[in-house]
Amino acid sequence: MLQITEGSHAVAEAVRLCRPQVVSAYPITPQTHIVERLAEMVADGDLDGEYICVESEFSALSSCLGASAAGSRVYSATTSQGLAFMAEVVFNVAGMRQPIIMTIANRAMGAPLNIWNDQQDSLFLRDSGWMQFYAEDAQEATDLHFIAYKVAEKHDILLPAFVCFDGFILSHTFEPVDIPTQEEIDAYLPAFNPLQRLDAKKPMSFGMYATPDYYQEFRYEINAAMVRAKKAIREAGGEFAEKFGRDYSGLVEGYRLEDADTAIVAMGSVCGTIKDAVDEMRDAGEKVGLLKIRCFRPFPADEVKEALRGVSNVAVLEKNINIGSRMLGAVGLEVKDAVYKSGTPVYSYVGGLGGRDIRKKDIKMITEWAKQGRNDCFFGLREELLE
Amino acid sequence: MRELRIHGRGGQGSVTAAELIATAAFKSKVFSQAFPAFGVERRGAPVQAFVRFDDKKIRLRSQIYEPDYIIVQDSTLIKDVDVFAGLKEGGIAIINTEKDIPGIPEGIRLVKIDATKIALEILGLPIENTTLMGAFAAATGEIGMDAIKEALRERFPANLAEKNIKAAEAAYDKVKGGI
Repeated sequence: MLQITEGSHAVAEAVRLCRPQVVSAYPITPQTHIVERLAEMVADGDLDGEYICVESEFSALSSCLGASAAGSRVYSATTSQGLAFMAEVVFNVAGMRQPIIMTIANRAMGAPLNIWNDQQDSLFLRDSGWMQFYAEDAQEATDLHFIAYKVAEKHDILLPAFVCFDGFILSHTFEPVDIPTQEEIDAYLPAFNPLQRLDAKKPMSFGMYATPDYYQEFRYEINAAMVRAKKAIREAGGEFAEKFGRDYSGLVEGYRLEDADTAIVAMGSVCGTIKDAVDEMRDAGEKVGLLKIRCFRPFPADEVKEALRGVSNVAVLEKNINIGSRMLGAVGLEVKDAVYKSGTPVYSYVGGLGGRDIRKKDIKMITEWAKQGRNDCFFGLREELLE
Repeated sequence: MRELRIHGRGGQGSVTAAELIATAAFKSKVFSQAFPAFGVERRGAPVQAFVRFDDKKIRLRSQIYEPDYIIVQDSTLIKDVDVFAGLKEGGIAIINTEKDIPGIPEGIRLVKIDATKIALEILGLPIENTTLMGAFAAATGEIGMDAIKEALRERFPANLAEKNIKAAEAAYDKVKGGI
């Protein structure tokens, strides 16, 4: 039913509809409203699962890992420093192939301490073996949880996933969201059917020692599953579209890219602002479009290449910095690789870090920069603060 | 698209007002979006909250710089905060005061209402956010009293909702009567 609600509460509602048997999380701004609401749901009997209170994010994801290995559908949520504190377990979850879904309310990394939005936190765990989805609005954040569980739990995938949505910008905004019914989600997402689980009657170990004779094959298998996940995501998104009318069958989504000379590439909530800016630039006769990347891991290089075929230049709006790399942003690096053979120039324009507001005029400016062939750089810098 | 900026102090329910106004707009089949000035949560400190209204889905995520409307919950803020910053020509400023306000920019419509008095009389508390919703509805026509009632009844227990409805109605009538 279409209702107006806070982004975090829409996500909590989506999680409830997925019927997790175990939730464990540690509150951290701006993720807090999600886990507060889930704790209320468990206490009120609206969510038939266990909420494990812990003293840290490390313990939160460790509890989740154990519960998942025991065969439960498991959920957690965090952000920024909390995610960093979890990092060791993040790799373990993927290595043990546990299909845990975790919401990341994207926030900048300290120091300096900053509670506001950018996407540095989830991106620093790019190589951990978790799938990574990025939502443009509360509706997409809601729907991606259903799709993430569906894909993660498939026996030929068995990978965990981050559902990333921009902290504050989406987590604390009230907007209309269509929340499916329990019956609809039950018909889309069947109960978790673990391939193997901890069972005293059938003893088995998870996450054991793997010597040089065995370790490399585990890494190979994680990557192979990640490659297979592309098709599984398309299928799960397509089935969702059939049942709910909202189409997530693509790992990327083009907006007015037909005949575009300049393409802007971005992830997350800023795509909404970009769409408005693209409309204004189109009205002014400029051939500009947006390529939204919904799924960053696995990275849909073929779709990106196809979508950007024929454009003359590409401006990647980055809410992260790839410190020390020749390419300034992590997304640009992937995009540049995807279109490498075409020779199309790809520029990373970094901005919006630590919550700095991104306006339509910024979008127009970086579009102009890409046309002029301006090299990778920051936008919205306060030059007066720099020496 | 029309945009509203609410100025208040932490604890005055500015964010709640923004959410209730967005909810009332949603009930009237208008697309709406409400959000706080992120990260400012201290009691007594100047805070802002924002609402957008449109007849199509709202995609814009930047903050609001050139509002069509402002609501000022506490007129003592005016000496510390430029509450009129960016207010559009022809824009409407709804201010909780009955005093004269210096420095009103040219070309805007000023709606003064003693919301504190109404809130004290009806709610027994100097919490003016729901009262000012009534004034906003009357002054701008963005939302109607029926939608406000629905939003308040959804948000608050029955007794509290009815009191707040009474306060909103009193402000609505007063502003309507003043035009």
